[in-house]
Amino acid sequence: MTKLLPMNRRSFLQTTVSGAAAIGFAPSLFSTPAAAQAALTVGFIYVGPKDDYGYNQAHAEGAAVIKAMSGVTVVEEENVPETVDVQKTMESMINLDGASLVFPTSFGYFDPHMLAMAEKYPDVQFRHCGGLWQEGKNPMNTGSYFGYIGQGQYLNGITAGYASKSKKIGFVAAKPIPQVLQNINSFLLGARSVDPAITCQVIFTGEWSLAVKEAEATNALIDQGADVITCHVDSPKVVVETAAGRGAFVCGYHANQSPLAPDKYLTGAEWAWGNVYTKFVTEAQAGTPLGNFVRGGLKDGFVKMSPLGPGVSEEARKTFDATLAEMMAGSFSVFKGPIKDNKGGDAVTAGQTLAEDAIELESMAYLVEGVVGSTS
Amino acid sequence: MTIEMNTPTLSPVSVDARSFSSVLEWLARRAESVAISLGAILAGLALFSIFITVVGKSPIDLFKLMYTGGFGSWFSIQNSLSRAAPLLLTALCVALPARLGLVIIGGEGAVVLGGVAAAAAALPLTGLVSPIIVLPVMAIAGMIMGGLWIGMAGVLRHYRGVNETIASLLMAYIAIALMNHFIEGPLRDPASLNKPSTAPLPADYMLGSIPGMDVNWGLVIGIVACIVSWILIEATSFGFAARIAGGNVRAAQIQGLPVGRLIVGFTALAGSFAGLAGMVEVAAVQGSANASLAAGYGYTGILVAFLARHNPLAIIPVAILLGGIDASGGLIQRRLGLPDATVLVLQGTLFVVILFCETFYGRFKIFNPDLWKRSA
Amino acid sequence: MEGIGIWGVPLAIFAGAIRVSTPFIFVSLGESITERSGRINLGLEGTLVFGAMTAYAIAVMSGSPWLGVLAAMATGAVFGLIHGWICKFPKVNDIAIGIAMMQFGLGLAFFLGKPFIQPVAPHLPSIALGGWSDLPQIQSALNINVLFIIGALLAVALWWAFKNTRIGLILRVVGDSSDAARAMGLNPDTVRLLATAVGGSLAAVGGAYLSLYYPGSWNEGISSGQGLMAVALVIFARWNPIGCFLAALLFGGAGALGPALQSVGVTQGYYLFYAAPYVLTLVILVATSSPTRSLGGAPGTLSITK
Repeated sequence: MTKLLPMNRRSFLQTTVSGAAAIGFAPSLFSTPAAAQAALTVGFIYVGPKDDYGYNQAHAEGAAVIKAMSGVTVVEEENVPETVDVQKTMESMINLDGASLVFPTSFGYFDPHMLAMAEKYPDVQFRHCGGLWQEGKNPMNTGSYFGYIGQGQYLNGITAGYASKSKKIGFVAAKPIPQVLQNINSFLLGARSVDPAITCQVIFTGEWSLAVKEAEATNALIDQGADVITCHVDSPKVVVETAAGRGAFVCGYHANQSPLAPDKYLTGAEWAWGNVYTKFVTEAQAGTPLGNFVRGGLKDGFVKMSPLGPGVSEEARKTFDATLAEMMAGSFSVFKGPIKDNKGGDAVTAGQTLAEDAIELESMAYLVEGVVGSTS
Repeated sequence: MTIEMNTPTLSPVSVDARSFSSVLEWLARRAESVAISLGAILAGLALFSIFITVVGKSPIDLFKLMYTGGFGSWFSIQNSLSRAAPLLLTALCVALPARLGLVIIGGEGAVVLGGVAAAAAALPLTGLVSPIIVLPVMAIAGMIMGGLWIGMAGVLRHYRGVNETIASLLMAYIAIALMNHFIEGPLRDPASLNKPSTAPLPADYMLGSIPGMDVNWGLVIGIVACIVSWILIEATSFGFAARIAGGNVRAAQIQGLPVGRLIVGFTALAGSFAGLAGMVEVAAVQGSANASLAAGYGYTGILVAFLARHNPLAIIPVAILLGGIDASGGLIQRRLGLPDATVLVLQGTLFVVILFCETFYGRFKIFNPDLWKRSA
Repeated sequence: MEGIGIWGVPLAIFAGAIRVSTPFIFVSLGESITERSGRINLGLEGTLVFGAMTAYAIAVMSGSPWLGVLAAMATGAVFGLIHGWICKFPKVNDIAIGIAMMQFGLGLAFFLGKPFIQPVAPHLPSIALGGWSDLPQIQSALNINVLFIIGALLAVALWWAFKNTRIGLILRVVGDSSDAARAMGLNPDTVRLLATAVGGSLAAVGGAYLSLYYPGSWNEGISSGQGLMAVALVIFARWNPIGCFLAALLFGGAGALGPALQSVGVTQGYYLFYAAPYVLTLVILVATSSPTRSLGGAPGTLSITK
């Protein structure tokens, strides 16, 4: 292998790539001459293990869709902390693997990490999962993509509303941040559309991934009478298994967890990142500019629902299907005023209807009436 | 807690430099430790090669990649140095108390609270006074916080007889809870929606990179701290007293040495270095205090300190070695398809062997200073 | 199921103590044996996680959770043997080797455990002791895992054995003075090797409980430092097996406080409630320590108490 000395980036890149080829790495990069012409190397960075039955797995499944596209090489790195590590990982993918499109998938990767790298590598495209990009403020070689998964949690709530006998449902949440609060509120509003007497107890674990505490939180919710549980943590596996083990119904999140509890799994709100990544990669291959602010919900194929489980009644199925049809038609809003928050204030005023892309939803700082819990 | 201390190494500074035989003795000991360390590294790599062969990959490819990723280019070297920087300071948090025979394993707590304190100290000042004042204020705040935190473990040890190892570990968990409480509560920037953080440090207040390098100033700060610590231990009466006390606390007390002040002073100094690491993380990397401060630097520092045999100067190469292994981890994942844990296995193997090889000190005649003196 | 309101808090602490404490019980009992022989193995976190992985993997492959526990015990013993063998050499620092072995155990567990994150393993059985109550909450809280019961019995058995059996005597002599042990014709290295192996194998059972019962899942975040914390609890419990058991219960119960308080609507400052086990342990530690007398029951050759 050629001795690598400090040199400019271009020659360095060539040396590395040829060096790598010479010792037999990256064979797919050079498999066919045709592929090599349109070759695009795409980097994916995950904050946790990519088979966590949750957040990271949803992204890795999306990356797997890209892998099957011709002329695309996917490089992946998992368990990358939100520190200087992720900056160096992006840089390493760019410098050593020739990545020209990078997806840092964890929310905390955006500021300052991805922004710093975007400034340093203006020829590389960065797209971040989370929805933070702002025109005029952030560089044009960066962007955000995110899905409106709140509607999915509303549908979860509908199945929960029908399945609950105690009229108490439970939510295991990581942190009281807008994305999580919106999911909790949507879940309860879905359940209340079935029966306005339903309440939802929330427990915050304080961490995105903490197995024993998630199990304890699930048990505490069930001890207080909740009989349908859902969650917003990175890996719902523990919550789903613990709840089902106690005989409660569960709604999934991030990915399809029904194999973990086939009898008790009602449905789940899943990401469909494969569609999103396909869109970006197709644009990159065609040489058209990549979107900077890409969002969508159920109707756009960004989010999908798990197949309904055996615990979903016929009546529930009808309401679920009807609501899903409205959402697919784009005529449904989860947040229709008047909605009170759980401190008695006005969350959404009468007559106000917030569409799924309403900017107000991005900074949600309240829990709606009927949710038992506090935002701080 | 007392750990088996090696006999205090003689250095040209602490002995009469004109004495030829003492220089020879110093040389012999250096040669011994270099030879044993290198031998241990080679043996560790050999063991790891067997493991890699067993799982069906080529160790040669792997080592080539590790070289490429860790040290093979200017980019890779900077990558390794960036990762080594915080470890220099957190390793000192272990190494300094170890000179007194204390085992502090809770440096992580000082890192996160140091970071929070630094961010909080900057809040009222940014925009009003120049960065030249704000940054030192942040550094002092971080150091005081970290010093108080670990110094408390020293106080409890000396005045209450509380085992400092458990105390510092418990306090690390408490510190992380406090950090989360503050960044999601009283110190939270309302604009930090989905990633709770303190208010961001303006860009011109950030501790930038070392000129000509893509490594932040934390590296320089860490190296200076290591050198200062080394001088403190080897060339001051304070350090001399610590070495006596570390060998035998009772004897030191009989000799009238201020053991209490030594213990509190050393633990506080150690904690202030870890707190400084937190400040650097805020001022040079994150730009605010947030949950990413708990990235495990405090825990990795324990490993670095023990490998360096608690010698502040030896911490520098050990931290860089560890940084290099870390830096190459991504490339191993991406090119060989091995899990990220490969790096952990390598580190574990390497460190067990290196620490095992401590037993060979004094066993090889060739490094016997008397032999050298006779032949000289 | 009806909610039980504020009574949920004491019930959760009680149930949590039983559910969460088992890994702490096994690791700290194992470590108490090792430390009584005069060695400290700080690497049991690695052994615990490797045990969790092994138990889960074997349970998935064989369909038997008990075979998983046995396999975990075997691997734990191997880890202990490695630690014990290395530490018999002069100048080798047992604390440092423990930290390195922790890294090694974690790395190996994560490396080999990747294929077992997705499959579902059969769980260890529990015994329903709550049939007398009509409340499902109490029934659930008294669904007690067999390993917890074994752990409780083991604590009593070890407490008795340390005092009354020849093995207990040998451990104490070796732990107090290597020279005295040699004078009695004992080989301290062999005794410590075996004590570390037994300690490792018990720690691995703690891991098996995590992956095969509660929370009953294998992934890289399965342990949140239980192995490291349990080693600290041994010193807290003054090397007394019954003390280890009680300390583990206290720690587990305090850990259940945070979620339980939120479930009854006490939601402010939940991070501070989550720190309860650590604060409580520290407070008790400070209250019960004294600068003038050395730690009662501390083995004389243990490097941690000199």
